[in-house]
Amino acid sequence: MTVLTLTTLIALGSFGAGMLGALTGLGGGMIIVPMLTLLFGVDIRYAIGASLVSVIATSSGAAAAYVREGYTNIRIGMLLEIATTCGALIGAYVAGLISTSAIAIIFSLVLVYSAYRSFQPRDEHGTGGASDRWAIRLRLEGTFPTPNGMQAYSVHRVPVGFSLMFVAGILSGLLGIGSGAVKVLAMDQAMRLPFKVSTTTSNFMIGVTAAASAGVYLHRGYIDPGLALPVMLGVLAGALTGARILTVAKVGALRTVFSIVIVGLAIEMLYKGIRGGL
Amino acid sequence: MTDPTQNRGSQNHGQRDRTAWTDEQVELFVGNLLRVGVIVAATVAVIGGVLYLARYGSTVAQYHVFHGEPDELRSVRAVLRDAFHLRSKSVVQLGLLILIATPIARVALSLFAFVRQRDRTYVAITAIVLALLIYGLTGASA
Repeated sequence: MTVLTLTTLIALGSFGAGMLGALTGLGGGMIIVPMLTLLFGVDIRYAIGASLVSVIATSSGAAAAYVREGYTNIRIGMLLEIATTCGALIGAYVAGLISTSAIAIIFSLVLVYSAYRSFQPRDEHGTGGASDRWAIRLRLEGTFPTPNGMQAYSVHRVPVGFSLMFVAGILSGLLGIGSGAVKVLAMDQAMRLPFKVSTTTSNFMIGVTAAASAGVYLHRGYIDPGLALPVMLGVLAGALTGARILTVAKVGALRTVFSIVIVGLAIEMLYKGIRGGL
Repeated sequence: MTDPTQNRGSQNHGQRDRTAWTDEQVELFVGNLLRVGVIVAATVAVIGGVLYLARYGSTVAQYHVFHGEPDELRSVRAVLRDAFHLRSKSVVQLGLLILIATPIARVALSLFAFVRQRDRTYVAITAIVLALLIYGLTGASA
Protein backbone atom coordinates (compact mmCIF):
# COMPACT_ATOMS: atom_id res chain seq x y z
CA MET A 1 0.00 0.00 0.00
CA THR A 2 1.34 3.45 -0.87
CA VAL A 3 1.64 6.22 1.71
CA LEU A 4 -1.06 8.24 -0.07
CA THR A 5 -3.60 5.39 -0.01
CA LEU A 6 -2.84 4.53 3.60
CA THR A 7 -3.05 8.20 4.68
CA THR A 8 -6.47 8.57 3.02
CA LEU A 9 -7.84 5.37 4.55
CA ILE A 10 -6.56 6.27 8.02
CA ALA A 11 -8.04 9.77 7.75
CA LEU A 12 -11.45 8.31 6.79
CA GLY A 13 -11.33 5.71 9.56
CA SER A 14 -10.31 8.37 12.10
CA PHE A 15 -13.19 10.57 10.96
CA GLY A 16 -15.61 7.74 11.68
CA ALA A 17 -13.93 7.04 15.03
CA GLY A 18 -14.07 10.69 16.05
CA MET A 19 -17.72 11.00 15.10
CA LEU A 20 -18.77 7.83 16.92
CA GLY A 21 -16.66 8.82 19.88
CA ALA A 22 -18.41 12.18 20.16
CA LEU A 23 -21.89 10.70 19.60
CA THR A 24 -21.52 7.96 22.19
CA GLY A 25 -19.42 9.95 24.64
CA LEU A 26 -16.77 7.23 24.67
CA GLY A 27 -14.15 9.33 22.89
CA GLY A 28 -12.30 8.61 19.66
CA GLY A 29 -9.10 7.33 21.30
CA MET A 30 -10.94 4.22 22.39
CA ILE A 31 -11.08 2.86 18.82
CA ILE A 32 -8.15 4.65 17.14
CA VAL A 33 -5.55 2.33 18.64
CA PRO A 34 -7.40 -0.96 17.85
CA MET A 35 -8.24 0.37 14.36
CA LEU A 36 -4.63 1.22 13.57
CA THR A 37 -3.16 -1.96 15.02
CA LEU A 38 -5.74 -4.54 13.94
CA LEU A 39 -6.93 -3.06 10.63
CA PHE A 40 -3.83 -1.31 9.31
CA GLY A 41 -1.16 -3.39 11.00
CA VAL A 42 0.51 -0.39 12.63
CA ASP A 43 2.84 -1.03 15.57
CA ILE A 44 0.96 -0.32 18.81
CA ARG A 45 3.53 2.27 19.96
CA TYR A 46 3.02 4.40 16.84
CA ALA A 47 -0.74 3.93 17.24
CA ILE A 48 -0.69 5.17 20.84
CA GLY A 49 1.42 8.20 19.89
CA ALA A 50 -1.01 9.16 17.12
CA SER A 51 -3.99 8.60 19.39
CA LEU A 52 -2.56 10.85 22.12
CA VAL A 53 -2.26 13.70 19.62
CA SER A 54 -5.86 13.20 18.49
CA VAL A 55 -7.05 13.21 22.12
CA ILE A 56 -5.48 16.66 22.62
CA ALA A 57 -7.04 17.94 19.38
CA THR A 58 -10.52 16.78 20.40
CA SER A 59 -10.23 18.18 23.90
CA SER A 60 -8.96 21.60 22.81
CA GLY A 61 -11.39 21.76 19.89
CA ALA A 62 -14.39 21.04 22.10
CA ALA A 63 -13.29 23.35 24.92
CA ALA A 64 -14.29 26.53 23.10
CA ALA A 65 -17.86 25.24 22.84
CA TYR A 66 -17.94 24.12 26.48
CA VAL A 67 -16.59 27.41 27.79
CA ARG A 68 -19.61 29.29 26.48
CA GLU A 69 -21.82 27.10 28.65
CA GLY A 70 -19.77 28.12 31.68
CA TYR A 71 -19.67 24.87 33.63
CA THR A 72 -15.98 24.05 33.93
CA ASN A 73 -14.75 24.13 37.52
CA ILE A 74 -11.18 25.25 36.95
CA ARG A 75 -10.16 24.73 40.60
CA ILE A 76 -11.31 21.13 40.68
CA GLY A 77 -9.73 20.58 37.27
CA MET A 78 -6.40 22.03 38.33
CA LEU A 79 -6.27 20.18 41.65
CA LEU A 80 -7.03 16.84 39.98
CA GLU A 81 -4.53 17.64 37.21
CA ILE A 82 -1.74 17.12 39.74
CA ALA A 83 -2.91 13.52 40.02
CA THR A 84 -3.51 12.95 36.30
CA THR A 85 -0.28 14.55 35.02
CA CYS A 86 1.79 12.60 37.58
CA GLY A 87 -0.04 9.46 36.50
CA ALA A 88 0.39 10.28 32.81
CA LEU A 89 4.16 10.72 33.15
CA ILE A 90 4.41 7.43 35.04
CA GLY A 91 2.16 5.69 32.48
CA ALA A 92 4.23 6.98 29.57
CA TYR A 93 7.40 5.87 31.34
CA VAL A 94 6.02 2.40 32.06
CA ALA A 95 4.87 2.08 28.42
CA GLY A 96 8.54 2.12 27.42
CA LEU A 97 9.41 -0.67 29.82
CA ILE A 98 6.73 -3.31 29.32
CA SER A 99 6.12 -5.41 26.22
CA THR A 100 3.65 -4.45 23.50
CA SER A 101 1.72 -7.63 24.30
CA ALA A 102 1.20 -6.47 27.88
CA ILE A 103 0.01 -3.08 26.61
CA ALA A 104 -2.45 -4.79 24.25
CA ILE A 105 -3.85 -6.94 27.06
CA ILE A 106 -4.33 -3.98 29.41
CA PHE A 107 -5.87 -2.02 26.56
CA SER A 108 -8.43 -4.71 25.82
CA LEU A 109 -9.50 -4.87 29.47
CA VAL A 110 -9.97 -1.08 29.61
CA LEU A 111 -12.00 -1.28 26.37
CA VAL A 112 -14.41 -3.78 27.90
CA TYR A 113 -14.72 -1.76 31.07
CA SER A 114 -15.46 1.45 29.14
CA ALA A 115 -18.12 -0.25 27.03
CA TYR A 116 -19.71 -1.57 30.22
CA ARG A 117 -19.60 1.86 31.87
CA SER A 118 -21.32 3.48 28.91
CA PHE A 119 -24.42 1.43 29.68
CA GLN A 120 -24.58 2.49 33.31
CA PRO A 121 -27.16 5.24 33.72
CA ARG A 122 -25.67 8.56 34.71
CA ASP A 123 -28.49 9.62 36.96
CA GLU A 124 -28.36 13.19 38.14
CA HIS A 125 -27.77 13.05 41.87
CA GLY A 126 -28.54 15.77 44.34
CA THR A 127 -26.25 18.76 44.50
CA GLY A 128 -26.69 19.34 48.22
CA GLY A 129 -25.23 17.82 51.37
CA ALA A 130 -22.13 18.96 53.20
CA SER A 131 -18.88 19.07 51.24
CA ASP A 132 -15.93 17.19 52.67
CA ARG A 133 -13.28 19.16 54.51
CA TRP A 134 -10.80 19.13 51.62
CA ALA A 135 -13.41 20.62 49.33
CA ILE A 136 -14.02 23.42 51.82
CA ARG A 137 -10.37 24.05 52.54
CA LEU A 138 -9.52 24.18 48.82
CA ARG A 139 -12.70 26.09 47.92
CA LEU A 140 -13.81 23.58 45.32
CA GLU A 141 -17.53 24.28 45.57
CA GLY A 142 -19.06 26.16 42.68
CA THR A 143 -22.24 27.13 40.92
CA PHE A 144 -23.71 26.13 37.59
CA PRO A 145 -26.51 27.60 35.49
CA THR A 146 -29.92 25.87 35.57
CA PRO A 147 -33.30 26.98 34.16
CA ASN A 148 -34.02 28.34 37.66
CA GLY A 149 -30.87 30.43 37.85
CA MET A 150 -27.46 29.70 39.30
CA GLN A 151 -27.34 26.70 41.58
CA ALA A 152 -24.63 25.96 44.11
CA TYR A 153 -23.24 22.44 44.40
CA SER A 154 -21.18 20.71 47.03
CA VAL A 155 -18.16 18.48 46.46
CA HIS A 156 -17.65 15.14 48.17
CA ARG A 157 -14.89 12.58 48.75
CA VAL A 158 -12.03 14.59 47.29
CA PRO A 159 -9.28 12.07 48.27
CA VAL A 160 -11.15 9.23 46.51
CA GLY A 161 -11.61 11.36 43.38
CA PHE A 162 -7.94 12.37 43.49
CA SER A 163 -6.79 8.74 43.73
CA LEU A 164 -9.04 7.63 40.86
CA MET A 165 -7.66 10.48 38.76
CA PHE A 166 -4.15 9.17 39.36
CA VAL A 167 -5.27 5.84 37.88
CA ALA A 168 -6.94 7.67 34.96
CA GLY A 169 -3.64 9.47 34.29
CA ILE A 170 -1.63 6.24 34.29
CA LEU A 171 -4.04 4.61 31.81
CA SER A 172 -3.96 7.71 29.63
CA GLY A 173 -0.16 7.74 29.46
CA LEU A 174 0.10 3.99 29.02
CA LEU A 175 -2.61 3.54 26.38
CA GLY A 176 -2.91 6.92 24.66
CA ILE A 177 -6.57 7.36 25.52
CA GLY A 178 -8.53 10.10 27.29
CA SER A 179 -9.65 7.72 30.09
CA GLY A 180 -13.04 9.43 30.05
CA ALA A 181 -14.72 6.47 31.74
CA VAL A 182 -12.47 6.61 34.81
CA LYS A 183 -12.68 10.41 34.99
CA VAL A 184 -16.46 10.21 34.99
CA LEU A 185 -16.28 7.57 37.71
CA ALA A 186 -14.18 9.90 39.84
CA MET A 187 -16.19 13.08 39.34
CA ASP A 188 -19.74 11.72 38.97
CA GLN A 189 -19.70 8.88 41.42
CA ALA A 190 -17.04 9.77 43.99
CA MET A 191 -17.12 13.56 44.10
CA ARG A 192 -20.79 13.77 43.09
CA LEU A 193 -20.44 16.76 40.82
CA PRO A 194 -23.36 17.78 38.60
CA PHE A 195 -23.36 15.99 35.24
CA LYS A 196 -22.51 19.05 33.13
CA VAL A 197 -19.76 20.17 35.47
CA SER A 198 -18.00 16.81 35.46
CA THR A 199 -18.28 16.44 31.67
CA THR A 200 -16.80 19.84 30.86
CA THR A 201 -14.16 19.70 33.58
CA SER A 202 -13.18 16.22 32.40
CA ASN A 203 -12.80 17.52 28.84
CA PHE A 204 -10.41 20.22 30.05
CA MET A 205 -8.40 17.68 32.00
CA ILE A 206 -8.18 15.16 29.15
CA GLY A 207 -6.19 17.60 26.99
CA VAL A 208 -3.77 18.52 29.78
CA THR A 209 -3.25 14.87 30.76
CA ALA A 210 -2.57 13.82 27.17
CA ALA A 211 -0.15 16.73 26.71
CA ALA A 212 1.90 15.47 29.67
CA SER A 213 2.49 12.04 28.14
CA ALA A 214 2.64 13.27 24.52
CA GLY A 215 5.92 15.02 25.33
CA VAL A 216 7.42 11.77 26.59
CA TYR A 217 6.19 9.91 23.50
CA LEU A 218 7.72 12.54 21.26
CA HIS A 219 11.13 12.13 22.89
CA ARG A 220 10.91 8.38 22.54
CA GLY A 221 10.20 8.70 18.82
CA TYR A 222 6.71 7.18 19.10
CA ILE A 223 4.98 10.09 17.36
CA ASP A 224 5.24 9.63 13.62
CA PRO A 225 4.17 12.72 11.64
CA GLY A 226 2.89 10.74 8.65
CA LEU A 227 0.60 8.72 10.90
CA ALA A 228 -0.38 11.31 13.49
CA LEU A 229 -1.46 13.84 10.86
CA PRO A 230 -4.36 11.91 9.26
CA VAL A 231 -5.41 10.58 12.68
CA MET A 232 -5.43 14.03 14.25
CA LEU A 233 -7.28 15.74 11.39
CA GLY A 234 -9.71 12.86 10.93
CA VAL A 235 -10.64 12.57 14.61
CA LEU A 236 -10.95 16.34 15.00
CA ALA A 237 -13.24 16.72 11.97
CA GLY A 238 -15.24 13.67 13.06
CA ALA A 239 -15.65 14.90 16.63
CA LEU A 240 -16.83 18.34 15.51
CA THR A 241 -19.31 16.74 13.07
CA GLY A 242 -20.49 14.35 15.76
CA ALA A 243 -21.06 17.17 18.25
CA ARG A 244 -23.10 19.02 15.64
CA ILE A 245 -25.44 16.13 14.82
CA LEU A 246 -25.64 14.95 18.43
CA THR A 247 -29.02 16.61 18.97
CA VAL A 248 -30.71 14.85 16.05
CA ALA A 249 -29.10 11.41 16.23
CA LYS A 250 -30.66 8.40 17.95
CA VAL A 251 -27.81 7.77 20.36
CA GLY A 252 -29.27 4.75 22.13
CA ALA A 253 -29.04 2.28 19.25
CA LEU A 254 -25.73 3.72 18.12
CA ARG A 255 -24.23 3.20 21.54
CA THR A 256 -25.25 -0.45 21.51
CA VAL A 257 -23.64 -1.01 18.11
CA PHE A 258 -20.53 0.87 19.13
CA SER A 259 -20.18 -1.11 22.36
CA ILE A 260 -20.50 -4.40 20.48
CA VAL A 261 -17.75 -3.22 18.10
CA ILE A 262 -15.57 -2.25 21.05
CA VAL A 263 -16.01 -5.60 22.79
CA GLY A 264 -15.19 -7.34 19.49
CA LEU A 265 -12.02 -5.27 19.11
CA ALA A 266 -11.13 -5.98 22.73
CA ILE A 267 -11.41 -9.74 22.23
CA GLU A 268 -9.21 -9.60 19.14
CA MET A 269 -6.66 -7.41 20.91
CA LEU A 270 -6.63 -9.72 23.92
CA TYR A 271 -6.13 -12.74 21.66
CA LYS A 272 -3.31 -11.11 19.71
CA GLY A 273 -1.77 -9.75 22.89
CA ILE A 274 -1.65 -13.20 24.47
CA ARG A 275 -0.46 -14.86 21.27
CA GLY A 276 2.10 -12.11 20.73
CA GLY A 277 0.86 -11.19 17.26
CA LEU A 278 0.96 -7.42 17.70
CA MET B 1 -2.61 25.32 58.13
CA THR B 2 -4.30 28.65 57.74
CA ASP B 3 -5.05 29.84 54.27
CA PRO B 4 -4.68 33.60 53.89
CA THR B 5 -6.97 33.69 50.88
CA GLN B 6 -9.74 31.68 52.44
CA ASN B 7 -12.05 34.55 53.26
CA ARG B 8 -11.72 36.21 49.92
CA GLY B 9 -15.11 34.80 48.95
CA SER B 10 -14.72 32.60 45.91
CA GLN B 11 -18.45 31.88 46.01
CA ASN B 12 -19.30 35.37 44.89
CA HIS B 13 -17.29 36.56 41.93
CA GLY B 14 -18.95 39.99 42.01
CA GLN B 15 -17.25 40.86 45.28
CA ARG B 16 -13.78 40.38 43.84
CA ASP B 17 -11.30 43.10 43.33
CA ARG B 18 -12.27 44.87 40.10
CA THR B 19 -8.77 44.66 38.67
CA ALA B 20 -8.62 40.89 39.09
CA TRP B 21 -9.94 38.62 36.39
CA THR B 22 -13.02 36.62 37.20
CA ASP B 23 -13.01 32.90 36.50
CA GLU B 24 -15.57 33.48 33.73
CA GLN B 25 -13.47 36.09 31.90
CA VAL B 26 -10.44 33.84 32.09
CA GLU B 27 -12.42 30.87 30.78
CA LEU B 28 -13.77 32.83 27.83
CA PHE B 29 -10.30 34.01 26.88
CA VAL B 30 -8.93 30.50 27.34
CA GLY B 31 -11.65 29.01 25.12
CA ASN B 32 -10.66 31.32 22.30
CA LEU B 33 -6.98 30.66 22.87
CA LEU B 34 -7.56 26.93 22.53
CA ARG B 35 -9.59 27.33 19.37
CA VAL B 36 -6.92 29.53 17.77
CA GLY B 37 -4.25 27.06 18.91
CA VAL B 38 -6.04 24.13 17.28
CA ILE B 39 -6.63 26.06 14.04
CA VAL B 40 -2.99 27.18 13.82
CA ALA B 41 -1.75 23.68 14.66
CA ALA B 42 -4.01 22.03 12.07
CA THR B 43 -3.03 24.58 9.40
CA VAL B 44 0.69 24.08 9.94
CA ALA B 45 0.25 20.31 10.00
CA VAL B 46 -1.78 20.35 6.77
CA ILE B 47 0.87 22.45 4.98
CA GLY B 48 3.48 19.95 6.12
CA GLY B 49 1.18 17.10 5.11
CA VAL B 50 0.85 18.40 1.55
CA LEU B 51 4.62 18.68 1.28
CA TYR B 52 4.98 15.21 2.80
CA LEU B 53 2.51 13.54 0.44
CA ALA B 54 4.00 15.32 -2.57
CA ARG B 55 7.35 13.84 -1.66
CA TYR B 56 6.52 10.43 -0.16
CA GLY B 57 2.94 9.81 -1.36
CA SER B 58 3.81 7.11 -3.86
CA THR B 59 6.31 5.27 -1.68
CA VAL B 60 5.33 2.11 0.17
CA ALA B 61 4.07 2.59 3.73
CA GLN B 62 6.04 0.92 6.54
CA TYR B 63 4.38 1.07 9.93
CA HIS B 64 4.16 -2.52 11.10
CA VAL B 65 7.84 -2.65 11.93
CA PHE B 66 8.70 -0.34 14.78
CA HIS B 67 11.99 1.49 14.50
CA GLY B 68 11.20 4.79 16.22
CA GLU B 69 11.52 8.24 14.75
CA PRO B 70 14.94 9.70 13.89
CA ASP B 71 16.49 12.18 16.32
CA GLU B 72 15.50 15.24 14.29
CA LEU B 73 11.81 14.48 14.92
CA ARG B 74 12.22 13.86 18.64
CA SER B 75 13.11 17.15 20.25
CA VAL B 76 11.44 20.54 20.28
CA ARG B 77 14.61 22.32 19.22
CA ALA B 78 15.39 20.04 16.26
CA VAL B 79 11.80 20.15 15.00
CA LEU B 80 11.81 23.96 15.11
CA ARG B 81 15.12 24.13 13.26
CA ASP B 82 14.14 21.74 10.46
CA ALA B 83 10.59 23.06 10.08
CA PHE B 84 11.95 26.43 9.05
CA HIS B 85 13.89 24.69 6.32
CA LEU B 86 10.52 23.29 5.16
CA ARG B 87 11.43 19.67 5.72
CA SER B 88 7.96 18.16 5.29
CA LYS B 89 7.97 15.76 8.25
CA SER B 90 9.36 18.46 10.52
CA VAL B 91 6.62 20.89 9.46
CA VAL B 92 3.95 18.31 10.36
CA GLN B 93 5.75 17.64 13.64
CA LEU B 94 5.77 21.39 14.35
CA GLY B 95 1.99 21.44 13.88
CA LEU B 96 1.69 18.55 16.35
CA LEU B 97 3.97 20.39 18.80
CA ILE B 98 1.76 23.49 18.61
CA LEU B 99 -1.19 21.23 19.35
CA ILE B 100 0.55 19.69 22.37
CA ALA B 101 1.35 23.23 23.53
CA THR B 102 -2.30 24.40 23.58
CA PRO B 103 -3.34 22.72 26.84
CA ILE B 104 0.00 23.76 28.35
CA ALA B 105 -0.71 27.37 27.36
CA ARG B 106 -4.08 27.04 29.02
CA VAL B 107 -2.49 25.96 32.30
CA ALA B 108 0.05 28.79 32.04
CA LEU B 109 -2.78 31.27 31.56
CA SER B 110 -4.64 29.87 34.56
CA LEU B 111 -1.48 30.33 36.60
CA PHE B 112 -1.33 33.96 35.53
CA ALA B 113 -5.00 34.42 36.43
CA PHE B 114 -4.52 32.91 39.90
CA VAL B 115 -1.55 35.22 40.44
CA ARG B 116 -3.75 38.17 39.53
CA GLN B 117 -6.42 36.92 41.92
CA ARG B 118 -3.74 36.59 44.62
CA ASP B 119 -4.92 33.05 45.22
CA ARG B 120 -1.77 31.55 46.71
CA THR B 121 -3.05 28.02 47.14
CA TYR B 122 -4.00 27.74 43.49
CA VAL B 123 -0.88 29.53 42.28
CA ALA B 124 1.04 26.71 43.96
CA ILE B 125 -1.24 23.95 42.60
CA THR B 126 -1.15 25.33 39.06
CA ALA B 127 2.62 25.84 39.19
CA ILE B 128 3.06 22.14 40.07
CA VAL B 129 0.90 21.09 37.10
CA LEU B 130 2.77 23.42 34.76
CA ALA B 131 6.14 22.14 35.97
CA LEU B 132 5.05 18.53 35.35
CA LEU B 133 3.90 19.43 31.83
CA ILE B 134 7.12 21.24 30.95
CA TYR B 135 9.10 18.35 32.38
CA GLY B 136 7.15 15.97 30.12
CA LEU B 137 7.75 18.05 27.03
CA THR B 138 11.39 18.98 27.53
CA GLY B 139 13.02 16.99 30.28
CA ALA B 140 11.66 13.47 30.32
CA SER B 141 13.39 10.94 28.16
CA ALA B 142 13.29 7.19 28.23
